[in-house]
Amino acid sequence: MNGAQDMGGIHGFGQVTPEPNEPVFHAEWEKRAFALTLAMAMPGQWNIDMSRYARENRPPAEYLAMSYYQLWFAALETMLKERDLVTDDEIVVGHSLHASKPVKRTLTPGDVLNVLHRGGPTERETNTQAAFKAGDRVRARNINPVTHTRLPRYVRGHVGVIERVIGCHVFPDSNATGAGENPQWLYIVRFAGSELWGPNGDPTTAVSVDAWEPYLEPA
Amino acid sequence: MRVRALETVLTEKGYVDPAALDLLIETYEKNVGPRNGARVVAKAWTDPAYRARLFKDATPAIAELGYAGRQGEHIVAIENTPKRHNMVVCTLCSCYPWPVLGLPPVWYKSAPYRSRAVSDPRGVLKDFDVTLPPDTEIRVWDSTSEIRYLVVPMRPAGTEGWSEEKLAELVTRDSMIGTGLPKSPKDLK
Repeated sequence: MNGAQDMGGIHGFGQVTPEPNEPVFHAEWEKRAFALTLAMAMPGQWNIDMSRYARENRPPAEYLAMSYYQLWFAALETMLKERDLVTDDEIVVGHSLHASKPVKRTLTPGDVLNVLHRGGPTERETNTQAAFKAGDRVRARNINPVTHTRLPRYVRGHVGVIERVIGCHVFPDSNATGAGENPQWLYIVRFAGSELWGPNGDPTTAVSVDAWEPYLEPA
Repeated sequence: MRVRALETVLTEKGYVDPAALDLLIETYEKNVGPRNGARVVAKAWTDPAYRARLFKDATPAIAELGYAGRQGEHIVAIENTPKRHNMVVCTLCSCYPWPVLGLPPVWYKSAPYRSRAVSDPRGVLKDFDVTLPPDTEIRVWDSTSEIRYLVVPMRPAGTEGWSEEKLAELVTRDSMIGTGLPKSPKDLK
């Protein structure tokens, strides 16, 4: 979706302000929101692409006014409610009022380190051949889906070069809507700064994105 | 308050175990952080065979040191050279190599960084007090998939014969994102 999350190239946000000796978390609630989000991935009620879509799918003004963990927490509530795991009246009173829905599994303390260490690899086996090879010129397609996509607006319509063929990976555009993993070839595609930003670009810079094959066409 | 209320609801329903939440928090507050990445970089600086493995396929090379898993399932290591400086961003959210750098700082997730890193990387570097020669190519990597990038900065001059442990002290978090440079030997004194 062409939402506020797609920030590459927007003007007016000002300077980057690094915080010296920054703590990992800035408040107790951030810790719990972070941990709840990770732990609730375990029951398998959604995938990472659905989580990202739940975070970005809101009015731009609202997205920009929220801190990062506020977005995570809001998305967690949204997904829990959509799947009837939690209801509004329960959130208001802060207690369970209705029977739990059966879930496949939950995260136990004994599992935590193994689950983190295993992660969630997204590479999949395939019988298909990659359409592009390193050095090929490609154009990022001009697509504007209202659903989740990982093709940023600032590269759409622009010509780049395949720098590396990565492998066949879960396709977020499908995975986010529940249409399945639909694995696709994934590439690192490099664009010249002047190609992306025209005369305002710095000719000594180049930018790459990771792009799945359906985002690309030969150029 | 709202977070605490939701935690209570989810705990009562049996979906989460607060002890597991505590362990998740402790892991990322205390155990997983940029010291991991610094060890990888220092090893790459001193061990040519390791360096070759790291640039060929970073995920197993990093796993040799025990770092693997969530948000680091597919890592690519990128090499700074006198001609090319690398910088990593996630314009769409906050993708970051957790096993080697820990959780991302607020600025990495912020609108100023995500918007300008791709269109004005030299300007962003200036915000970090980093100025590179005008003919150094700046290469920005936007992490739009599950690939996670680790920048391997150049080994500082004057560190010949140093041990891996001592070299690791020079490797800053920002030098592995590309918004900073490693410390120099005189910074340690």
